[in-house]
Amino acid sequence: MTADTTTAKSGIRSVPGAPLLELDNVKMHFKTKGEGFLARRTQWVQAVDGVDLTVRPGETIGLVGESGCGKSTTARLITRLLEPTAGEIRYQGVDIAHMSERQLRPYRREIQLIFQDPYSSLNPRHTVGTIVGTALRTHGLVAKSGELSRVQELLEVVGLNPEHYNRYPHEFSGGQRQRIGIARALAARPKIIVADEPVSALDVSIQAQVMNLLENLRAELGIAFVFIAHDLGVVRHFCDRVAVMYLGRVVEEGPRDALYEKPQHPYTQALLSAVPDIGVVRGVPPKNRIRLVGDVPSPVDPPSGCRFRTRCWKAQDICATEDPALIERAPAQRVACHFAEPPTESILAETA
Amino acid sequence: MSDQTTGVPHTVTRVPREAAANEEAYLEVTDLQVQFPTADGLVRAVQGLSYSVPLRRTLAIVGESGSGKSVSSMAVLGLHDRKVARISGSIKVGGREVVGMSDKDLEGYRGGDAAMIFQDPQSSLHPYFTIGNQIMESYRTHNNVSKKVAKERAIDMLGRVGIPNPRRRVDQYPHEFSGGMRQRAMIAMALVNDPKLLIADEPTTALDVTVQAQILDLISDLQRDFGSAVVFITHDLGVVAEIADDILVMYAGTAIEHGPVNKILGEPLHPYAWGLLESIPALTGEPQPLHPIPGSPPSLLAVPSGCPFHPRCEFKDRVPDDWCTTLRPDLIPRTADLGRTSRCHLKEPDKVFETEVLPRLP
Repeated sequence: MTADTTTAKSGIRSVPGAPLLELDNVKMHFKTKGEGFLARRTQWVQAVDGVDLTVRPGETIGLVGESGCGKSTTARLITRLLEPTAGEIRYQGVDIAHMSERQLRPYRREIQLIFQDPYSSLNPRHTVGTIVGTALRTHGLVAKSGELSRVQELLEVVGLNPEHYNRYPHEFSGGQRQRIGIARALAARPKIIVADEPVSALDVSIQAQVMNLLENLRAELGIAFVFIAHDLGVVRHFCDRVAVMYLGRVVEEGPRDALYEKPQHPYTQALLSAVPDIGVVRGVPPKNRIRLVGDVPSPVDPPSGCRFRTRCWKAQDICATEDPALIERAPAQRVACHFAEPPTESILAETA
Repeated sequence: MSDQTTGVPHTVTRVPREAAANEEAYLEVTDLQVQFPTADGLVRAVQGLSYSVPLRRTLAIVGESGSGKSVSSMAVLGLHDRKVARISGSIKVGGREVVGMSDKDLEGYRGGDAAMIFQDPQSSLHPYFTIGNQIMESYRTHNNVSKKVAKERAIDMLGRVGIPNPRRRVDQYPHEFSGGMRQRAMIAMALVNDPKLLIADEPTTALDVTVQAQILDLISDLQRDFGSAVVFITHDLGVVAEIADDILVMYAGTAIEHGPVNKILGEPLHPYAWGLLESIPALTGEPQPLHPIPGSPPSLLAVPSGCPFHPRCEFKDRVPDDWCTTLRPDLIPRTADLGRTSRCHLKEPDKVFETEVLPRLP
């Protein structure tokens, strides 16, 4: 691995031909105390348990799943705010999973994060100019004299008035704050942005504005995105590829159209069938909805074998004993299920 | 493995709602105004809102944050502090006037005839009391019964909202419930006194889609059983399409469009409603670029003159004589269809929608 790496001026090593970002069987187990008489025994919350993911330059990959499935933990692993307990995170072919803070510095510049909550992710006591300028200064990207003009340039790129650089976050609305967060991420000229629910906290009309902004940035700057959201419509709109997570694992991953039109994992099918569709008022016939029984099991003690089996209508004995691997079932579409198949008539049956 | 393992998923057929016969209104709101005097000036949260909901019908109130949808619904339950809020107009529930009702009467009314489900079950349930305790308290406030009877009632209600093993669950605390289960428990608490009016304020916004689907089913089922009038507050138009009979779109404290769901979502007449539809990515077909509404909703401290939507409206140039900036349009029927109303000066909005807006919907 070290033999054929090249080192760029920025100090970033890379393996020629390697994908931009690769997660290889990444695990993140958090230590926790049990309850009651178990209090002395340490337990492990398996927040992320063996995630494989590949992001190529300029590509957008969506990460969907319900709360507690590990999507946000994955975001924090990619940006190395967390150190994984196992597995490799390769950036341009070089493993950054256990790098020291000092070694990571140049990589931090290229992998940026946008947060969900535009209210708590901006320091209320710093002006917008300081917030965006800090990124420039930390990475030594512009000379001190050029800092203000670069900040203003960035504010303009994200659709804010450049004259507002000396205002504080509370003077902006939620949508505008999210734009400040985006400007801060762009300041470092990243190659990849991890966006963790960037539009979930915004109203519908503002959400569409921010989505269009992100889309323009992607088209103009060629930045790759890992886009995390629970809104399946938003993800479909923005992403080339989509990965569905359940209880710390990727259960299905594939090109957008394949995943939305021919989902093969029972969980993906259930998830898609549950989304309320406004199309019904415009004459789209209503689809049957799959009703899942029970709740998501605890990540402290996940089911053996396939993690979805406790709620799955296809579950057989093999599901409890053998963990299904994420294998290719259709071109570029990988599914982790022993009984993967495109949706059958009974699921998509339309009511007459 | 349980009996669910049959190889076929358990599915629910989504049936389009059958509109209930037009009955006498159970909830009738007339010219409601809610204002909050603040240090910065008067916040006009709700200005002249009127609507009605008969029993067995569901009205969805839709709007962005700050449009007044929650404030107006809290007024229906008499939840505003009268030292802080100025409320005028009339709210009649089953013939009784709620505006100006005494605290004592409100106590009997709230949780009895009318109940509310809140968005966040985590913060609306008391962490120190068991779920059963909280349901029993609500029941015993309105019914003179022993604790034992009340507990049986609580267990019965938990069972009805689909909580497995209610006899054990009734003695558990909120933190022992998952998010979806907590929301079910709150629905059980709201329905324990058979309310005729149920107000659900974003009841599924904090939930995952699969859980949301279960809760929406539950609310529809319970409405059928109890025959209540439901006011459903949400910002998710997909949810509205699924659960509501009628829809009221709010903007800056006023209703801007009102009518049956399939009409309003199928062919809306107000440019704001058009903008909303153009902002939602579709779940089928080739993704189309979104056309968001420019700008952001106005501050309720300084609501724009004339039509409150005019600063963001792309059609205001088509209306003669600066009406949009000076004259507040009335909420009246704008087409031959008298069953729906909208608040916009634009001429022949149905034709504009069909020829200009419909083709670019996502």
